[in-house]
Amino acid sequence: MHSTTSRRGRRTIAAITGSAVLALLATACTGSNDAGGNDDSASGKDVTITFWHGWSQDNEVKAINDNIAAFEKAHPNIHVKAVANIADDKVNQALRAGGDDAPDVVSSFTTNNVGMFCSTKSFADLKPFLDKSGIDTARTFPSAMLSYTQFQGNQCSLPLLGDAYGLYYNKKAFADAGITAPPKTFSEFAADAVKLTVNDGDSYKQLGFMPLYHGYESTTEHFLGQYGPTYFNADGKSAIATDPKVAQMLTWQKSMVDKLGGYAKLDKYRSTFGEEFSAKNPFHTGQVAMAIDGEWRTTSLAENKPDFDWATAPFPVPDDQADSWGRGYQTGTIIGIASGSKKQAAAWELVKYLTTDTDAVVNFANAIHNVPSTFDALNSPKLVSDPNFKTFLDIAKHPQSGTTPASVNGGGYIVSLQNLGYDYESGKQGDLAAGLAATAKEIDAAIAQAK
Amino acid sequence: MSLAFGTRKGTGSPAPAAPSTQHLLRRKRRREAARTLAFLSPWLIGFSVFFLYPLISTIYFSLTKYNGFGAPTFSGLKNWDYVFNDLPAFWQGLRNTLWLVVIMVSLRVVFGLGIGLLITKVKTGVGFFRTVFYLPYLAPPVAATVAFAFLLNPGTGPVNHLLGELGLPQPGWFSDPTWSKPALTLLAMWGIGDLMVIFMASLLDVPKEQYEAAELDGAGPFQRFRYVTLPNISPIIMFSVVTGVIQTMQYYTQAIVAGKVAGGIAGNSGQQFEPGYPQGSTWTLPQMVYNLGFQRFNYGAACVVALVLFVISMAVTSILLRRKSGFMASDD
Repeated sequence: MHSTTSRRGRRTIAAITGSAVLALLATACTGSNDAGGNDDSASGKDVTITFWHGWSQDNEVKAINDNIAAFEKAHPNIHVKAVANIADDKVNQALRAGGDDAPDVVSSFTTNNVGMFCSTKSFADLKPFLDKSGIDTARTFPSAMLSYTQFQGNQCSLPLLGDAYGLYYNKKAFADAGITAPPKTFSEFAADAVKLTVNDGDSYKQLGFMPLYHGYESTTEHFLGQYGPTYFNADGKSAIATDPKVAQMLTWQKSMVDKLGGYAKLDKYRSTFGEEFSAKNPFHTGQVAMAIDGEWRTTSLAENKPDFDWATAPFPVPDDQADSWGRGYQTGTIIGIASGSKKQAAAWELVKYLTTDTDAVVNFANAIHNVPSTFDALNSPKLVSDPNFKTFLDIAKHPQSGTTPASVNGGGYIVSLQNLGYDYESGKQGDLAAGLAATAKEIDAAIAQAK
Repeated sequence: MSLAFGTRKGTGSPAPAAPSTQHLLRRKRRREAARTLAFLSPWLIGFSVFFLYPLISTIYFSLTKYNGFGAPTFSGLKNWDYVFNDLPAFWQGLRNTLWLVVIMVSLRVVFGLGIGLLITKVKTGVGFFRTVFYLPYLAPPVAATVAFAFLLNPGTGPVNHLLGELGLPQPGWFSDPTWSKPALTLLAMWGIGDLMVIFMASLLDVPKEQYEAAELDGAGPFQRFRYVTLPNISPIIMFSVVTGVIQTMQYYTQAIVAGKVAGGIAGNSGQQFEPGYPQGSTWTLPQMVYNLGFQRFNYGAACVVALVLFVISMAVTSILLRRKSGFMASDD
């Protein structure tokens, strides 16, 4: 009796497990959809494409909608359904899920995921489209921008405006401290930051510069943009432990932390900062006299009108690379076509228009105050530019301006390096060489895992 | 069925015979089994769909390489090797999660019981105190965490300002790796309303005669609590501990919000953000499951971490229930 029951029980378990495994295998075998380049839009058939983007502020949404309206006017049979305020997490999940509601065209604010988009083939390779339209990418887009939109030769996205990082400085604080010109080298920068710092017990009345990696845009990759490091060797392995520039940057940043009062004091002061993207930004409030930031800050400062004069300059460079002053870290918004889209021909028309039509690029750049992403747009007389904004246009054109390379697992390697930065600046990690070696190992393992 | 059976046996169609007693008994048993199964089916379906299938899927995916595109490919124990040997953040997340399980759950239970005891002793304004202590539990976790991050801000928060006025040390709270988990524990204790209500109900349910008998025997307040109250409410304590452990093994929202707010990460400029600020001290395994699975799309490794959480939850729950005879009242 007992044996019959247990046999029956075993059969039941086997049946349930078998069904579960079958169901699992059935659901697991859902690959990406077949791509469709021919949607008959070229022959005038009405086609509606879905475009997901991340812009959310009223002026930004209006600007992209104006551009879309201009596109629809030029392509009366292609209709665009734009969906705003979409982050990369949602994009990634939608591209994996597929279906009729999935986007045909996607833009992303971060370049860090391009490697993932290209290597997983969730974004279609744009080379056939570029060739067919006769677009020479090298002559159209600045090299740094071209670099961050491709992965291992797969041009799966294109730049849609860019961001360049430079120095913002408080002219009144400079005058009060007797500084007559923005610093060009790190030694000048450190001296100025100390001069501009006004202590107030265990806090500050004014801090020259916030070097901590949690200090908004003071990140490892932005600082490394001034060094021009090699992130990966030719064999794809992490080079951060072998390229001395990475250790130099981390050491320089730590020396800034020590010169300006130490980690604990700076971090406590940092906690008094308001939101980065608000009028309470510490540069707006005068809490810091210098900041590294993107070109968008020029607009915020013009709108918020702080009670001091300010100006911009390229961020300083290491003393032994003084001749490279003018360079800066670059990133930007990217745009691509979902490989699962069945309306790729129409989708390409939109991507081509938004990324290569000079008027479209210039109008959009003027509206949201980003750096234009084509040579023609950068040099266009229609581009509205004052001296402060021009700083960033020049950084974008600088041949030594650089970016972080695309990686198969997105920005994972940047996060690993940033984590080492947090540990090193706070003193948790005292042995920099060991920390770099361990981080390089961690990056290599993560990439091997993702391949 | 019988025809097929007969054909297989090669005996041709058997002549219909009167059903034997054994056959009738078997049929009755089968009917009973079917009836039992029918009554159990809602649970069985729920169990299979929402527990067994996800569990088997998780085990399966933990043995595959899968990024959401194409079909998963079998990779053996590579994901397990990666998580245990090449992902230092896993051990940090495990340590933090276990810290929260041990400290936060214990303090919540003790605090919940303490508040419950106090309120049952209050003579006037019980409704007011009950409401005051219960209300924080209704606050949405994100809003509550943001409010705490503001109150405990080391530079501008009123708590540190007050501590400074009193000449007491001013911790860094969410900005200090030593204080970040205690700050999260404070937040959890503030929202103690759920446990307070359960303990109040169980305390009011303790038979008054037992207290009277203990008093006649000369038992003081502590002895009455030790020998009357505790044995009576021990199943509720056990329930609170078990559900607390399971909830804390899923601790996500408060930790990630506190890390983001205190870390000054707005996260809308395309900046890379790794949860756990400061210095990974608020990094918990549930955050890791989300990070690996839905930000890095390494589903295999995410499934490994999820299984580790499952095994720990099961083990802790089993040990607790075995040692204390489940949710039965103690005989002490």
